[in-house]
Amino acid sequence: MDYLDALSMHASRLWEGLLITLQLTLISGILAFIVAVILGLMAGSTRKLVRFPARIIIEFFRGTSLLVQLMWLFYVLPLFGPSLDAMLVGIFALTLNYGAYGAEAVRASMTSVPQSQWEATIALSMSWQHKIRRVIFPQAWALMLPSLTNLWVHLLKGSSIVYIIGMSEFTFELLQLRRTTDWFFALAMVGLIVYFLIALALTQLMRLLEVRAKHRLGRGPSLKEILSPMPPKTPAADNASDTHVTGGAR
Amino acid sequence: MNTLAMLTSTVAGTVDVPDIDDTTSYWRWDFAWEVLPEMLRSFFQVTLLVTVVGTLIAVVLGLALAILIRVLPRPLAWIITWIANFIRMTPIVVQLLVLFYGFVWMEPMTIALLVYGIHYSTYMSEVYRAGIDSVPTGQWEATTALSMPATRVWSRVIIPQALRSTVPSLGNYAISMFKDTPFLIAISVMEMVTTALEIGGFTYRYIETITIAGLIFLVASYLTAVLVNRLEKRLAYQH
Repeated sequence: MDYLDALSMHASRLWEGLLITLQLTLISGILAFIVAVILGLMAGSTRKLVRFPARIIIEFFRGTSLLVQLMWLFYVLPLFGPSLDAMLVGIFALTLNYGAYGAEAVRASMTSVPQSQWEATIALSMSWQHKIRRVIFPQAWALMLPSLTNLWVHLLKGSSIVYIIGMSEFTFELLQLRRTTDWFFALAMVGLIVYFLIALALTQLMRLLEVRAKHRLGRGPSLKEILSPMPPKTPAADNASDTHVTGGAR
Repeated sequence: MNTLAMLTSTVAGTVDVPDIDDTTSYWRWDFAWEVLPEMLRSFFQVTLLVTVVGTLIAVVLGLALAILIRVLPRPLAWIITWIANFIRMTPIVVQLLVLFYGFVWMEPMTIALLVYGIHYSTYMSEVYRAGIDSVPTGQWEATTALSMPATRVWSRVIIPQALRSTVPSLGNYAISMFKDTPFLIAISVMEMVTTALEIGGFTYRYIETITIAGLIFLVASYLTAVLVNRLEKRLAYQH
């Protein structure tokens, strides 16, 4: 019972820590996505002058470890730049690190869009914006979602190290529990399970996005069909969607 | 000043404190050269060791997991799959902390090797699974036609073909394990970044140590990436 008592005693603090972890995950996740799209588009450009800086930024932030970036922003940047508070440092480091990884995913999925699609946009003399927004990106979006999902889970997991620079996020509060209980092992299992549940929620959310993206490209069922409690339609409808898949994939 | 010098010489090895009063220069080469050997030592003794041994454990365990999930009956395979998912989707930092405070009698280094090996084996088992799935059905049917025993099917037919396509992804996971090693700071294993911070703590100079740590990571992961790319090209299927 000791164990449950300790847990309920610390519940409010754990909850606050959890909220900070969620904030970190959501804010840096969204910012990292924006960074990823910008850098990914730049890295996929045919112009050397655009591609080269993006490549350097991507390789730099992918190559140096997350913790090094965190420490650099926390200890070194204040020496000659602004001194950011821990939350901002955490958000910046997570954004830049996973944004660089995401950029690679964005670029790779853009190049996986069939060559004929690119050629078609040239044939139709579409403007660059029009081409990316209407033709290339929607197709690349469906392709990049699985890797973005993985990266988001990585980001969530990476956010657990931010306590090192003095943020009282979820892992920090878990560690505080150790001081008052001998049940750290069990409590840490609660911590692991909470992280696992958040990760599961993220992946399910992204899976829904993926279904939607595929449906908009004319492949697979729509979100409504998947979420509705009604049983799937007749086999004839399934066959129809099957031919659609092969038609779409070509 | 004297006590500081003493502290650093006992804890951080041979590093002496340079003139701390000198706050005018951001980057000091003499200090950088002085701390470099210490940083490299922790890099080779801890960072690289954890990466190499962890990768070896992960490569073997991952393959075992992938085969087990494939071979075992449904419910068992399902249980193993979800345990692997659980390990994969929870932070390595928290896993380290759980073992560190849960099993106090274990050496931090053992914990490090175990956690990194097991954590990444769950990633690698996915890679192997994809590799095994990519072996054409005809190969499986052929082994049935030849009535090969199961051990031989795996060791002579399936695994050799499955492994080929997995090498690049395994290499990439080894690189990301390498970049995850600084998380060892959580269980105070003196890995390179921890050493950098330790030196910084005594000398109040962080800029050189942390920058050097970053550069070493950059160079090492770039070299490994080049190596993996080469391997990928050499092992690519010639269809």
